[in-house]
Amino acid sequence: MAISVRIPASLRTLTQGKEEVAAEGATVRAALDQLDKTHPGIKERLVDDKGVKRFMNIYLGDEDIRFLDALDTPLKDGDSLTIVPAIAGG
Amino acid sequence: MTAFLRPPKLDSILDGIGNTPLLRLRALEPKGVEIYAKLEFMNPGGSVKDRAARQIFLDAIACGELTKDKILIDSTSGNTGVAYSLLGAALGYRVTLVMPSNVTQARKDITRAFGTEIVFSDPMEGSDGAIRHVRRIVEADPERYYYPDQYSNASNWRGHYLGTGAEILSDLGDKITHFVTGLGTSGTMMGVTRRLKEHTRPIVCLAMEPADAAHGLEGLKHMDSSIVPPIYDRSLHDGTVTVDTDRGWDMSDRLVAELGLHVGHSAGANIFAAMRLANSLSEEGKTGCVVTIACDRGDRYFAPMRWEKRYQW
Repeated sequence: MAISVRIPASLRTLTQGKEEVAAEGATVRAALDQLDKTHPGIKERLVDDKGVKRFMNIYLGDEDIRFLDALDTPLKDGDSLTIVPAIAGG
Repeated sequence: MTAFLRPPKLDSILDGIGNTPLLRLRALEPKGVEIYAKLEFMNPGGSVKDRAARQIFLDAIACGELTKDKILIDSTSGNTGVAYSLLGAALGYRVTLVMPSNVTQARKDITRAFGTEIVFSDPMEGSDGAIRHVRRIVEADPERYYYPDQYSNASNWRGHYLGTGAEILSDLGDKITHFVTGLGTSGTMMGVTRRLKEHTRPIVCLAMEPADAAHGLEGLKHMDSSIVPPIYDRSLHDGTVTVDTDRGWDMSDRLVAELGLHVGHSAGANIFAAMRLANSLSEEGKTGCVVTIACDRGDRYFAPMRWEKRYQW
């Protein structure tokens, strides 16, 4: 499944500044695995051994994947994932 | 030395800002080192940001930059917005805030309760996106707004120089050996450090930053990946330490469970940094007194965010 992933400003050092990158996978987990091959280091910023990190949020469309099937959420062609981190400074 | 005491009767809500207590954290102390947290959540707006906002308001009114026909506008990740809103209501000035749309619902609701208007910026761009957004608004209509820009406004750190830093010295006197706190706008660090460095005996001042750009310590800045606040001067303090998000969150959990101290994640990270520093001093056989800041209360993070809507509270 070919999908797009929107990258927050704080992770764009890993995507050469790109706000959106392409990924492939039948599930969110598979897409993140594939994304980590093209953009090494991104997966460890998002997930730990318990799943999506407690201060990170990954949306499929408008829905947090925690409320779908988490990392096992199935993807279809054209889906869009959005990564939203916590808020910094001031 | 002047004693800073909270008066039993207040003439104005502004007079309730500052003179916060220091809480000794005995449960976290290693042998020979004391640890204190300055309880900034006891300010009327519920956070350390009341101090900077009060100084910004008072200085801007005194010099004539802020008048009643202007709207005070600034970008904020939340607590400064609450403080501006409280002061705006108390002093009779209109306030508009630019915040990333993913700030907690509590922050949105609290600021609106004071009559503040909120403009939302792109959540994907974080607090730097909010800074760029407010600059565009002000450039389009400069006469309409007073834009204090908390990141570049010397009143921000002056509030801490005159208040926080002076109070710490008054309350602990010669006892304090180390100060450590996280960087957001850097106002607390810059103001307190300037005051502590004037003390006759050297006091080591350390800044704390999140360990990673993609962190979850709301309110703090990872400087290397952020717009560095113009008021931030790295040469003032003695060094920088980093704290992982998980260590900060775990410390917040521990503080509420074991000490009854319910603070936000940035305060958890501050207290973790203070404890780690105290431990390293103790391991070297040294004695000392480490002071840090409890920036805000944990309940400010309670309101279910969108992604928490099915959580059981």
